[in-house]
Amino acid sequence: MESAQRLTHLQRLEAESIHIMREVVAEADRPVMLYSIGKDSAVMLHLARKAFHPAPPPFPLLHVDTTWKFRDMYAMRERMARESSMPLIVYHNPEAAEMGINPFDHGSQIHTDLWKTQGLKQALDKHGFDAAFGGARRDEEKSRAKERIFSFRTAQHRWDPKNQRPELWHLYNGRKHRGESLRVFPISNWTELDVWQYIWLEQIPIVPLYFAAPRPVVERDGTLIMVDDERMRLRPGEQPETRQVRFRTLGCYPLSGAVESGATTLVEVIQEMLLTRTSERQGRMIDHDSAASMEKKKQEGYF
Amino acid sequence: MTHVSDLIGTDIEKYLQHHQHKSLLRFITCGSVDDGKSTLIGRLLYESKMLFEDQLAAVEADSRKWGTQGGQIDFALLVDGLAAEREQGITIDVAYRFFSTDRRKFIVADTPGHEQYTRNMITGASTADVAVILVDARKGMLTQTRRHSYLVSLIGIQKVVLAINKMDLVDYAEAAARRIEDEYRAFAAEIGLTDITAIPLSALVGDNMTAPSQRMPWYHGPTLMGFLETTDIDESRLQAGPFRLPVQWVNRPDQDFRGFAGMIAGGMVRPGDRVRVQPAGRESRVERIVTADGDLALAVAGQSVTLTLADEVDISRGDLISGADSPAEVADQFECSLVWMADEPMLPGRPYLIKLGTRTVPGTVTEPKYKVNVNTLEHLAAKKLELNEIGVCNIALDQPVAFDAYKANRETGGFIVIDRMTNATVGAGMLHFALRRAHNIHLQHLDVDKAARSALKGQAPAVLWFTGLSGAGKSTIANLVEKKLLAMGRHSYLLDGDNVRHGLNKDLGFTEADRVENVRRVAEVARLMVDAGLIVITAFISPFRAERRMARALVAEGEFVEVHVHAPLDVAEQRDVKGLYKKARRGELKNFTGIDSPYEAPEAPELRIDTSACTAEEAADRVITFLQLRRMIA
Repeated sequence: MESAQRLTHLQRLEAESIHIMREVVAEADRPVMLYSIGKDSAVMLHLARKAFHPAPPPFPLLHVDTTWKFRDMYAMRERMARESSMPLIVYHNPEAAEMGINPFDHGSQIHTDLWKTQGLKQALDKHGFDAAFGGARRDEEKSRAKERIFSFRTAQHRWDPKNQRPELWHLYNGRKHRGESLRVFPISNWTELDVWQYIWLEQIPIVPLYFAAPRPVVERDGTLIMVDDERMRLRPGEQPETRQVRFRTLGCYPLSGAVESGATTLVEVIQEMLLTRTSERQGRMIDHDSAASMEKKKQEGYF
Repeated sequence: MTHVSDLIGTDIEKYLQHHQHKSLLRFITCGSVDDGKSTLIGRLLYESKMLFEDQLAAVEADSRKWGTQGGQIDFALLVDGLAAEREQGITIDVAYRFFSTDRRKFIVADTPGHEQYTRNMITGASTADVAVILVDARKGMLTQTRRHSYLVSLIGIQKVVLAINKMDLVDYAEAAARRIEDEYRAFAAEIGLTDITAIPLSALVGDNMTAPSQRMPWYHGPTLMGFLETTDIDESRLQAGPFRLPVQWVNRPDQDFRGFAGMIAGGMVRPGDRVRVQPAGRESRVERIVTADGDLALAVAGQSVTLTLADEVDISRGDLISGADSPAEVADQFECSLVWMADEPMLPGRPYLIKLGTRTVPGTVTEPKYKVNVNTLEHLAAKKLELNEIGVCNIALDQPVAFDAYKANRETGGFIVIDRMTNATVGAGMLHFALRRAHNIHLQHLDVDKAARSALKGQAPAVLWFTGLSGAGKSTIANLVEKKLLAMGRHSYLLDGDNVRHGLNKDLGFTEADRVENVRRVAEVARLMVDAGLIVITAFISPFRAERRMARALVAEGEFVEVHVHAPLDVAEQRDVKGLYKKARRGELKNFTGIDSPYEAPEAPELRIDTSACTAEEAADRVITFLQLRRMIA
């Protein structure tokens, strides 16, 4: 007997993610990949291209846009759509647009709810998508730790934590009635370090904002906010200054906290991540609204 | 200890290269409500330095608000997720935690300890390599310990860590730990768990978690982390098994490419390997193993690949590509263990969907043979299975599927049961073996059965199985018996070489294997005809005892009448009606029974007729008389 070929943890994670994506494509009528342009989305898209090689992934990319992302992110989105030869759907919630919802006047909670949560539901309904891939990971936040890989949603897009399907072995139950849908998380079992390690190993392109560079920022409530375009509203006395910063997570620029950093290359970013003592979601303001906030948002239909 | 290894600061690239080659271990922790399970996991996360300052700060705040450790850091709060659970102070679902050390990445399935959540534990255990079973050193083995261990053995986890927790509360006494370990080993052996490592520890204080405890110098085994980091993941066993690839999706980007995508569930594969596509059974050869990183020369269990085959073979999702030399079994009826996971009970005869590998087929489950009391392991009679109950049942599928016994391969032997109305996953099962047709399970819709059909004909169905040398007189007597039955108004059918070898079995020759298959098919046809209520007469040399025994086993007790038509070889050879003995003697006919192939005479036939001592007519009368004496015909 020949000796066993040992698979590394990344090889096993990759194989599992590919398996999950193929199951969805085989069982869903109209799958879509939610593409948020961040590093987790980048890994997920990369895995999708591997899963269906030599064919292109047989589903479109959907970006539920808030109009408030960093300019670098929009550039990356266009580039990846081109390179993957996947159709890209960009959705803007028309109500949010009409009401002029923005993070300055309405706060992060309303801004996120209308543009993202409501926008996502509208986009899924409009196109009749019955399965949506998302790049969430179980290690991100406590309530995610018990999220299923195939997360079942009612016709109202609600998540009922008490009524999720048991997942055994590699058997996923993708059956549902008309109107009901699935959110599927192919990189559930990856950690932040796994994601970075994989980006390094596979040389996956990511938005340059992850690397430190001189950028115009203001310090607000103890957080560094980048002044990415002329819509940024400065408070009295605030004066943008150029600092060497980078971002650990990306979202709407007025809601994303930057960290001062000298990490200009991928390995330096990973090094810094490994040496740092605060978790990545700290820079994400959405979590600070209230205790168990993510769980509440999920029940309402946020990813 | 771990991520803070010096390389991060000094040579990050080297660190990443090292980290990249880590293996992955999945384990499950099982314990009762107060065994300190969450504390144990929280401690592992803490010790592996997987916690960030903000998370620690949040936990410190939570500890003051919710904690049970009087303001000290309550590690349990690190892992208790949902708001509803926090309020109750218990975990209620399966949660997955992640940590890694310099040697390994770990995925922990954290499952609840209390009574009603068998389903969660089975779910968490289904992908685990190792089970960590906690007991409280003060309390020793509890009912729940037995239950968790039984579930661990049911789901097929081989390696068990018995974590004897809270040693600090028994003064680190060796005797206490020994007593629990001995009791546990005795119990575990009963349920087939043998690979057990007992570790006395304190999750709260940190003894024997990552460093050997100074307070238990009598203990010389590994620490918990030490064990988890070094125990064998058992990839070699899975890779050494037969090749299995459940086809998930057919990749067809253009006319020139047709690939079969799936995750390898067992064994390994190379280009050029012969494979069989199951259940249909067609064979081909692997042409390429396609991945986005280029074609592979070898792929092993656990990898997701796309195969192309040398021949145009019709393959779709749900098929299983197997090694041609060691294919899976194909069947549509099985015995299985079934764990019920829904509030609605499992109802025998109700149609469900069964998902096995990538194939989903309709099927029904029989009444349980028994259910298992998971606390006492007693077998109990049951008409149905309720939530969290475990039973042994038969299942019948609408189509045959390829499978392995769950013991041999979890991926090709484990299935889920889906409710057709709600689409919920309502059960999980583990296949034991395919059912012999003789033990056919009784389907609800078979209202017209054998008894009804034979009652209509006023007879008891039977097989009259004539066996004996060529020229002994089997066909002659069988013909006469059928004529007499017809005259008596009985419904019969004679199967002999002429009507079988020219049709059903015309693909078979006279090698030993073909003769076995010939008899097998005849026996199956006879079984069907008995089921139709007929008196079946067969006239074949059928030289081997094993095949005659097999034919007997296919029908019910008392329905099989073995008639040994005996003539000494020299008498039969002298008769030589068809000139076959002469041919065989000249060597023109190979494998001829009595000449160069053995005849195994029946040891206890129902009837033995020596045709050198009576006429054919007398012999036929003896058969009829026998049937009347047995009240098989009036």
